[in-house]
Amino acid sequence: MRIGRWLQDHPRLLERAYRLHHWGFLKARGLLARIGYERVDRWIRGPEELGKRLVFDCRMCGQCVLHSTGMTCPMTCPKNLRNGPCGGVRSNGHCEVLPEMKCVWVEAFERSQRMPLYGKEMLQIQPPLNHQLEGSSSWVTLLAGRTDPPRGWLPTREGKDA
Amino acid sequence: MTQAYKSDGRLERVLRSGLFAVTAELDPPDSADRHEVYDAALVLSQVCDAINATDASGAHCHMSSVAICSLLTRAGYAPVLQVSCRDRNRIAIQGDVLGAAAMGVDNVLCLTGDDVSVGDQPEAKRVFDLDSIQLLRTIKIMRDEGVFLSGRKLSVKPRLFLGAASNPFAPPHDWRPLRLAKKIEAGADFIQSQYCFDIPRLQEFMRRVRDLGLHEKAYFLVGVGPLRSERAAEFMRGNVPGVHIPDAIVDRLRKTPKEQKRAEGKRICVEIIQQAREIEGVHGVHLMAYRQEELVAEIVEEAGLLPRPRQLGAAGPVRRRSRSRERAAARKSTEP
Repeated sequence: MRIGRWLQDHPRLLERAYRLHHWGFLKARGLLARIGYERVDRWIRGPEELGKRLVFDCRMCGQCVLHSTGMTCPMTCPKNLRNGPCGGVRSNGHCEVLPEMKCVWVEAFERSQRMPLYGKEMLQIQPPLNHQLEGSSSWVTLLAGRTDPPRGWLPTREGKDA
Repeated sequence: MTQAYKSDGRLERVLRSGLFAVTAELDPPDSADRHEVYDAALVLSQVCDAINATDASGAHCHMSSVAICSLLTRAGYAPVLQVSCRDRNRIAIQGDVLGAAAMGVDNVLCLTGDDVSVGDQPEAKRVFDLDSIQLLRTIKIMRDEGVFLSGRKLSVKPRLFLGAASNPFAPPHDWRPLRLAKKIEAGADFIQSQYCFDIPRLQEFMRRVRDLGLHEKAYFLVGVGPLRSERAAEFMRGNVPGVHIPDAIVDRLRKTPKEQKRAEGKRICVEIIQQAREIEGVHGVHLMAYRQEELVAEIVEEAGLLPRPRQLGAAGPVRRRSRSRERAAARKSTEP
């Protein structure tokens, strides 16, 4: 856990790793598609969960937005908020629900300030979660193009630009 | 602004005409008696432009906000339906919004909701299927695009004035104006804030709101309420999530003799309204006088906010646009 926290508190490192990772996956897309996303999901899910759980306390929502939320997992917020802090944050910056825990979004905001590549994405509106994807690999979901929001959802102007 | 009205309601008309708006929260009864709702509404209706029907605030169960809105619209009052994400998923909420609009509700306030752990049934399951920003966007899509989140068409769109909450007094303070920007981008037309007891903090927040140009995109109503005593103040800041009360206010109440504490609490509230009104970008106040509703009329009067406008499609029934044509058009487009 301590290594995880250290990494999270160096969000610049993480966002570079993310960019490299993203690039690598997109390069390997053709190969992975030929193998079949179902099979790849079965292989990748375990290692992905292990790695992200160690670093981010990942909850396997299957729709990772870490780079848009200051390298802080929004699903660790007890209210699962994906668009910023609720109004209940305590004056010491701790969580309304778990008083001993620092608010996930206070940390996310601080970290996003130190992220030149993706920090601005905190301002984007995240669409509602697809609960059907829970437990699956978000890397495979991304490659297979299953990240679409609900059919009626309209991204805002800023969401489109990004 | 020459935009068409988004709702048929009075709150939108008051705000758009440039008047300083007053809304007030109704204390929802723990009762199955409709007259308790009407009694509570009676003391508020003459002194405010819309009445907020809370949705199990503080995670305490009371009569539901949809039911209170139903009773209020029957009697011709203008309610604000509060919707919290804590208790219902997206399917339930979209249905409630349609039903509320059909009953004549013109305003909806979209909230995240206090957590179940602060209520008296902390063992309940928390839902939070949507968050407040996703909820705002969902209702905006229903209103403007005429579809459910699934993309399925509505035959008549709900005409609603959309509200969001804001808490300028909770950390992370630098992020709060940006979060407000996000809410406005998602669809908020008006904002009702958490209790304000700290004017300098509000001034600082509104300065950033103006820098971002948000005061021209949505109407900002400052939340206020009277404190009964210093003990009530201590209780609120200890137990009500997101309430920030500076020590100076608590001390002022502590130094007041016992029999004058209530009057002093009221005076503080009036002073805060008057100071908030001076801030550029503040368009109204939202009164939350929990268990002291009888003070609301006095506060509004002493703050110099009476009389409330009556000519703006106000107390009486609002003349509605004919919907038969809209419905016929919708029917035609769905026919093969």
